[in-house]
Amino acid sequence: MLTYILRRLAVALAVMLTVAVVSFLLLHLSGDLATAIAGPESSAADVEKIRVQYGLDRPMVTQFFEWLGSALQLDFGRSFYFQNTVMELVGERLPITLKLGAMSLLLAVAVAIPLGVAAALYRDTWVDRLALLVATIGQAMPNFWFALALIVVFSVGLKWLPVAGNASWQNFVLPAVALGYYAMPSLMRLTRAGMLDVMGSDYIRTARAKGLSPARVVFKHALRNAIIPVVALAAVELGFMLGGSVVIESVYSLQGLGQLAWDSIARNDYPVVQAVVLIIATFYIALTFVADVLNAALDPRMRTR
Amino acid sequence: MTTTSLPLPGTAALAALPVPAWRRTLRRAAGHRGLLIGSIVLGLAVLAAVLAPWLAPHDPFAQDVTQRLIPPVWHERGTWEHVLGTDKLGRDYLSRLLYGARVSLVIGFVTALVAGLIGTTLGVLAGYFGGRVDAVVSYVITCRLAMPVVLVALAMASLVGGSLKVVIVLLSLLLWDRFAIVTRSATQQLRDAEFIAAAKSLGASTPYILVRELLPNLMGALTVVATLEMAHAILLESTLSFLGLGVQPPTPSWGLMVAEGKAYMFFQPWVIMIPGVVLAVLVLAINLVGDGIRDVAAPDGRH
Repeated sequence: MLTYILRRLAVALAVMLTVAVVSFLLLHLSGDLATAIAGPESSAADVEKIRVQYGLDRPMVTQFFEWLGSALQLDFGRSFYFQNTVMELVGERLPITLKLGAMSLLLAVAVAIPLGVAAALYRDTWVDRLALLVATIGQAMPNFWFALALIVVFSVGLKWLPVAGNASWQNFVLPAVALGYYAMPSLMRLTRAGMLDVMGSDYIRTARAKGLSPARVVFKHALRNAIIPVVALAAVELGFMLGGSVVIESVYSLQGLGQLAWDSIARNDYPVVQAVVLIIATFYIALTFVADVLNAALDPRMRTR
Repeated sequence: MTTTSLPLPGTAALAALPVPAWRRTLRRAAGHRGLLIGSIVLGLAVLAAVLAPWLAPHDPFAQDVTQRLIPPVWHERGTWEHVLGTDKLGRDYLSRLLYGARVSLVIGFVTALVAGLIGTTLGVLAGYFGGRVDAVVSYVITCRLAMPVVLVALAMASLVGGSLKVVIVLLSLLLWDRFAIVTRSATQQLRDAEFIAAAKSLGASTPYILVRELLPNLMGALTVVATLEMAHAILLESTLSFLGLGVQPPTPSWGLMVAEGKAYMFFQPWVIMIPGVVLAVLVLAINLVGDGIRDVAAPDGRH
């Protein structure tokens, strides 16, 4: 088990390094940063001045290692746009995105697991079909549009919740619903598939034969086993949601990490963009690492892979 | 006639043969409700996109400030002149919707094709050769999965400048992961199959085995992934266009229509409802087709 964890950790670190290299290269090769920062109307002399000022005139390799060296010490340099360091900006915004991610995940799990269990227990009835319909619709709706539709219905129509901002917890309800609905379908399908699998197994038949109550069989014996892969998937989904928060945060003007990235992209503030990409990737890598270790700890067959 | 005449000598054995596999598959496909509905909706969308110039009642780019924000026909102020109303510049919504289908479908098809090519190549090589090749490809897949798609696409589109071509290239380079994962594990299962061994013993070259023997057996799985990724690409294009970094105005894209209508959604909610619902219905149809193909191709492995 320990060797598995260590090997998996080494891969995770290597992936992080690769993502850092790739995101650096993508941003530096896909266009001239100095021209982008200076704006389309500036003269060639201005562009040159900016190039020197931001150190963009130095060889790419030098720039990269300098950036990586400080990034390893959690120093991502200064924002081109603000006077603050990138870390200050990120530190301010990260809690909001984490709060949004946690709420979305809780909501998604709170809906997905009961729905998945019900769909499996009442397989091929209207309950099952309704659950599949809810999941299929969730996968088909563009999330920015669902977010806007929620505003129209619940903020403007029913006046239950605020339209935008991040002053109170009410501001997080609609964004969390919009983001959570995106993660719910896959969690629901996995719960359903896992429950169907487990309910047909020998030990459940034994538990039933022993005369245990149906509720006890379902919740104590079946769900416990069916839920393991769901917990692992939930960790991965949280990683995806942090990445997807850029869209939801921009719709609701939540001043989180996604909004910071989005504003920074519009302002050509590349140190910030780079840092946010790397931070979100790091969260995803850490969460998949946890999910893998969790799976391996609970299911020894996984360790040999 | 053939039923009354005696069987020709030697055909009795033929008659005893079961119905060919593809006929049975076709029969199952016709009986699958989700697949049927999905195919019809997708077919209609393709038809609308191809025939847009003939179907559209108005020029999708023609602005008319005297005809701004007319509601759809079911609304009390609606007119038959503009069945789905007009946008903030007085452009006919139905016409823009029809032309918008072109953007979504082109991006969906081309992205699924190019991403499929990249992913399948990687997946087949990794699955067939295993060992070091597999280790490298698996590592590349892991790295790709760690990159936040929306964020990377936004940052790149902002540097290069958003356009239809840029969106297709970016999404093709980002959405190959599922193709690679699925073809890799499918190839691993087929690698040691007897027909591969037979081809090897006949002296077939490795490229021949991969393309002519292995690939046809992956087509079922590939079609399913292709539909999922097509839906994924259409949703991402609409997201990029909504955020202003995808297809650029005045091109009619459904995501862009939602963005343009955003300021008016409080009093004219239909300006965002119509393109959003159309988008969701198209994606739903494509997903239904994908799920249906999976069910029909593997009837026993359902769920």
